[in-house]
Amino acid sequence: MPRGAEIVVRGAGVTYPGATVPTLQDLTLTIAPGEFLVVVGPSGCGKSTLLRTINRLIPLNAGSIAIDGIDIASLDPVALRRGIGYAIQAVGLFPHMRVGANVAIVPELLGWSRERIAARVDALLALVHLDPERYRDRFPRELSGGEAQRVGVARAIAGEPRVLLMDEPFGAVDAIVRSQLQDEMLLLVRELATTTLFVTHDVDEALLLADRIVVVNRGRIEQTGTPLEVLAGPASPFVERLFHANDAVIELREKARERQRLR
Amino acid sequence: MNYLIANPERVLRLAGTHAAMVAAALAVAVAVALPLGILSSRSPRLRPLLLGGLGAIYTIPSLALLALLVQLFGLGLAPVFIALVAYAQFMLVRNIDAGLRGVDPAMRDAAVGMGLSPRMQLLRVELPLALPVIVGGLRIAAIATIAIATLAGYVGGGGLGVLIFNGLALHNTGMIVAGSLGVSLLAVLVDGSLRWCERAVRTRLGG
Ligand SMILES: Nc1ncnc2c1ncn2[C@@H]1O[C@H](COP(=O)(O)OP(=O)(O)OP(=O)(O)O)[C@@H](O)[C@H]1O
Ligand SMILES: [Mg+2]
Repeated sequence: MPRGAEIVVRGAGVTYPGATVPTLQDLTLTIAPGEFLVVVGPSGCGKSTLLRTINRLIPLNAGSIAIDGIDIASLDPVALRRGIGYAIQAVGLFPHMRVGANVAIVPELLGWSRERIAARVDALLALVHLDPERYRDRFPRELSGGEAQRVGVARAIAGEPRVLLMDEPFGAVDAIVRSQLQDEMLLLVRELATTTLFVTHDVDEALLLADRIVVVNRGRIEQTGTPLEVLAGPASPFVERLFHANDAVIELREKARERQRLR
Repeated sequence: MNYLIANPERVLRLAGTHAAMVAAALAVAVAVALPLGILSSRSPRLRPLLLGGLGAIYTIPSLALLALLVQLFGLGLAPVFIALVAYAQFMLVRNIDAGLRGVDPAMRDAAVGMGLSPRMQLLRVELPLALPVIVGGLRIAAIATIAIATLAGYVGGGGLGVLIFNGLALHNTGMIVAGSLGVSLLAVLVDGSLRWCERAVRTRLGG
């Protein structure tokens, strides 16, 4: 596995065509090689937009993004994207392709040999805890939600990307499967040296997975820091509320567990 | 019925010509409609022009269009063939356009995001996903084409229409029945098999 790349975002701004206010404004951020960065914030604050500027699905109106010192605007977007893993909430597995073929897409685009691709597909399925023999030849419609999300992750990392973008990749499953996937993700990222940008609006998920958290609000960064820094020293009332709401949820959950136990 | 019983090879031969004419016209029609449908799905500005224009052709009565084409190209297969291709365009282009635009945006997002070139996005993701709708359009176009191809019998283009028009001229009911029966049977067969295809591709997509 190649080492993760360094990503430097400088003064990035995005205004969608026809919009009056910018969706991202003057965003500056450095992501260290191999770092697992989680972007949190309320719905509509621009998390997905930020992610999608990095693989140039959305063009910047201001500022720049460099990966390992190279301005992405100077690269061919198709080639750039083949070097960046991308997993989305909707999973986006192609329903007309078997699981193996879905996972093999980027390695094929990269021109790997057939043997290398076959070996890679099996290794990846095993890595995301899906028995290759059982799952390789299934169609996406024959998978559960959690299995589909796993395949989505396997597909995103298949091309040995140096950058991994994940937009609420566990958004479409129930809480139990979700927490299982999170635990697996935690183990997985230790193995991968990939630089990861992970979007969620689940604060628990952010605290669990992040090396560093970026809190975004209305297209601007409210705070950047390790989970502990953000929890201990919220930079604004907004951040405080975001993580406090979470405390209330935890409390409720404890209470629910308590009740269960007393029955 | 007695005509059919007395001349089975003739009816069969004309049915064969009819089917071949329809198949060839549909093949050409699809080849023309694919780029038009793709264009229409990509360009909100061209779409109303394209669909409007093809819709206008579609509303011209087939006999009137054929008469006009005979003036231009003479009797025989050519005017019929052109009419068939022209009529099918509306149904084909409309469904190719609708099928492509109906592709889940998340699919397109995933395809682009993974680094598929625009050509690969179309060939490997968008067209396969649009296939059920496209086959649906093909089915409707095929049935219409089978019916309209009957007119070939009127202008010397062959096919089962020959029986119907000759039967009308000769007051031979048996001939007319044989021709109509043949056309209907062909339509039912093609409809059934394309319905089956449509279902097959739809199931494959998990729908
Ligand atoms: N393609 C687009 N064209 C115009 N506006 C858009 C587009 N995509 C997103 N927006 C707008 O930009 C803002 C930020 O959207 P974005 O998808 O980045 O939010 P998000 O933080 O990912 O939200 P969520 O948590 O709901 O996914 C929203 O107001 C949204 O309506
Ligand atoms: Mg989003």
